[in-house]
Amino acid sequence: MAEPRHADFPGIYERSRPKRRAARPPRHEPSDLAALLGEEQLRDAPPRLPEVSELDLVRHFTQLAHRQFSIDGNVYPLGSCTMKYNPKVHEEAAKLFQDLHPYQAPETAQGTLQLLFELQRDLGALTGMDAVSLQPAAGAHGELTGILMIRAYHEARGEGDQRRLVIVPDGAHGTNPATASMAGYSVVEVKSDARGEVDLDAFKQMLGQQVAAVMLTNPNTVGVFETHILDIARLAHEAGAQLYYDGANLNAIVGRVRPGDMGFDVVHLNLHKTFTTPHGGGGPGTGPIGVKAHLADFLPVPVVIEEDGAYALSEDVRHSIGRMRSFYGNVGNLVRAYAYIRRLGLEGLRRVSGHAVLNANYLRVKMEQAGFTVPFERLNMHEFVAQPPEGIRTLDVAKALLDYGMHPMTVYFPLIVKEAMMVEPTETESLETLDAYADALGDILGRAAKEPGYLEGAPYATPVRRLDEVTAARKPVLRYAFDGERG
Amino acid sequence: MPYLPHSPDDVRRALETIGVDSIDALFDELPSELRDPAIALPPALDETALMAHLRALAARDTATGPNFLGGGMRRHFIPAVTPHLALQSEFVTAYTPYQPEVAQGVLQATFEFQTMMAELTGLDVANASLYDGATAVAEAALLSVRHTGHERVLVSRGVHPETRAVLATYLHALGIVIEVMDLDGGRTPVPASLPGAACVIAQQPNHLGALEDMSGLAQAAHAGGALLVAAVDPVSLAVLKPPGAYGADVAVGDGQTLGNPPAFGGPSFGFMVVRQELLRQLPGRLVGATTDVEGRRAYVLTLQAREQHIRRSKAKSNICSNHQLTALMATVNMAALGPQGLREVAVGSVVQAHRLADRLRSEGARLALEVPFFNEFVLLTRHSALRVRSALAARGVHAGVPIGAEYGLGNAVSLAATELVSDEDIEALVSALRAGGELERSEVHHG
Repeated sequence: MAEPRHADFPGIYERSRPKRRAARPPRHEPSDLAALLGEEQLRDAPPRLPEVSELDLVRHFTQLAHRQFSIDGNVYPLGSCTMKYNPKVHEEAAKLFQDLHPYQAPETAQGTLQLLFELQRDLGALTGMDAVSLQPAAGAHGELTGILMIRAYHEARGEGDQRRLVIVPDGAHGTNPATASMAGYSVVEVKSDARGEVDLDAFKQMLGQQVAAVMLTNPNTVGVFETHILDIARLAHEAGAQLYYDGANLNAIVGRVRPGDMGFDVVHLNLHKTFTTPHGGGGPGTGPIGVKAHLADFLPVPVVIEEDGAYALSEDVRHSIGRMRSFYGNVGNLVRAYAYIRRLGLEGLRRVSGHAVLNANYLRVKMEQAGFTVPFERLNMHEFVAQPPEGIRTLDVAKALLDYGMHPMTVYFPLIVKEAMMVEPTETESLETLDAYADALGDILGRAAKEPGYLEGAPYATPVRRLDEVTAARKPVLRYAFDGERG
Repeated sequence: MPYLPHSPDDVRRALETIGVDSIDALFDELPSELRDPAIALPPALDETALMAHLRALAARDTATGPNFLGGGMRRHFIPAVTPHLALQSEFVTAYTPYQPEVAQGVLQATFEFQTMMAELTGLDVANASLYDGATAVAEAALLSVRHTGHERVLVSRGVHPETRAVLATYLHALGIVIEVMDLDGGRTPVPASLPGAACVIAQQPNHLGALEDMSGLAQAAHAGGALLVAAVDPVSLAVLKPPGAYGADVAVGDGQTLGNPPAFGGPSFGFMVVRQELLRQLPGRLVGATTDVEGRRAYVLTLQAREQHIRRSKAKSNICSNHQLTALMATVNMAALGPQGLREVAVGSVVQAHRLADRLRSEGARLALEVPFFNEFVLLTRHSALRVRSALAARGVHAGVPIGAEYGLGNAVSLAATELVSDEDIEALVSALRAGGELERSEVHHG
């Protein structure tokens, strides 16, 4: 790597000086490690970790935080990501439970276990499912858990060898086909119809005794409700397939309709979406799954049970697929989701979905007025897909938005819409914010018409401007180059 | 309603703009027989009542007191500055850094994380994190299968039982065979030959606390055309030989010990570090350095053609969300400790674990193994592990991770120490064990 230029933001290693330090752990009498552990087990030289003072450390990570966009900073309407406000009381709640060790005696963890048990119950009620596992560490992890359960179910019925296919819509999240592959299945895509829904005729043609599962998101990734869902469920079940619900878009319907009532057999929830645990710059998420009774015997272990008022972790699940991770789940996030459900109650959650859909439709109208088009002319749910005017690239509009201090929508997804902009404002944004967002988009189109090169050059005012992503991939530099090393 | 900004006038204005009469009308397309089912949820609580309820629940937990629990998670020193910096709201409430111009904070911190993990492990390339140590091992096995084309995985019984259980769940569906390598004297014997294996997976220190002959295992794996996957405790690498130095191809593990509270098991994070030639088989996100149009250094997600949002069913893994924020906690914490501080954490853990072992031996206790251990070892007990753990808890001491019957040790628990364990804590554990009759030399019950 080249010498840092004056304009380069310093790296932690560039702030490092030998023998400087910040934190000091408790000291103990030193010991002869070679005698205790064996000389051959010891490393020759210490790892090159940064050596900085506490204030340098504070400055570094505070300045880095200032170079980071966040919901707390401004609107972040990424479609399918549900970037809603993360209530601060949840952070206080999580701290109450963060010091427990997973292997401490269960009688010393009754409060946490009760919370987990009640959350299993409440998520089951909200999804219309009979049994819930809180284990999965993310949405995609929940998908894998659910599909492995479906696989185990077919195997238990002697149909494991014949059912080799998973059907996903052509607009599906990338995790759906990737999950099916990871569970050892082949994937076939069903096309969408002119209204943005699963093409029912095409779907019927694909069904058969070779199909293990159908994975759907409802509302789907173009933000419309699959209105034929009851027919889809009936057809899938008649063919012996199981119906999987990708819960990424549950925020549209929470408290109003339930995947279980639609006929889904398995559902995963993204607690970092609908139930507003923080995204953390890319995780940790949390992806609990709910299943109908006929799949309950296949749940991963352990599950949280209650007997005579005492809570415990049980490995007693007859045909369990096994473990999906160590310990019991991302408990810190489960506490936050529990706090959210208890704070809002059913009526509050119904308003969440109602206002999420209200805001999305409002912003759709405002964006249409600003010159954008929508491929599916109908009311949308919690998100919608739009397109820029002919000749304008979505990527350029997204980059220009950054100069307005606003985060772009999800771009180029779903793949079935050209120059797709998938917009999900969420229920926690005010109308003024949505107006400002649409105004900024209109302003961008206006400037683009008047100023050649403006759009292609954007952004101008961000901490860094457009990056050379091609070189990043062709000549990957994936760690700091210490003196004398080639970058 | 909490967190919702709209006044009744706002709702009216929005509905007028859209051209519908009511919020419910926005849901008219949904099948009527599905709408508004009875859902039993407990009543809503205001913020004060919510916190009172949660405090009442938390009061039924006991997290304080001398703590000797290990088994993959431990309580280590976390300076106040670590959560203060890592949990700034810009980091907490950010999404995956898909727009790098406004995500340099997360991206640069991740690049620094990748650097530190490569340094700790002595390997070339670290990814941006996985879910936890157990899923990281499963992903390492899948990587090994992709790289070698072999569909057989050898895993030492010294690898944490929960990790092996996760491995089994992941590999079963793909028809990959798992063979468990039994321990001899608490350590994994170096096998004579390993034809047709994708990898050997061993844990250092292992589940019984013993230090393995990782160099020997690496040589045996390589001689048979297999990779060595080292499941390591990152704190131990402040003093122990790094996986890259003994020939491991992949280092994986759980990052909780690097600066995250145990949180009853999660979230922590998993890490994976590989040799350069395995780079394109890596699952999960990677951050690379590049420049912007003005030539300024900048960071960006790179080599995304491995990932599910690009490759869909052909991706290296289905992982999307990783564990960025808990990895950031580790990044800040490693920088806060520096090489000297992390060494003090590791050495303090070794010293206190050996002090505890010496005290127990002097009281007549029997350790299961007499081999070098790091910060954890197995104690043979008179009563069952669950009974021992509960009896200790009743005396205010958290200790006694059950060691399963598969190890053939009879009644046994593992005990771990960290730099947070004081000499008084050690005396408290010794006297609690004595009071429970666990230290009596005369009789050791098996089964």
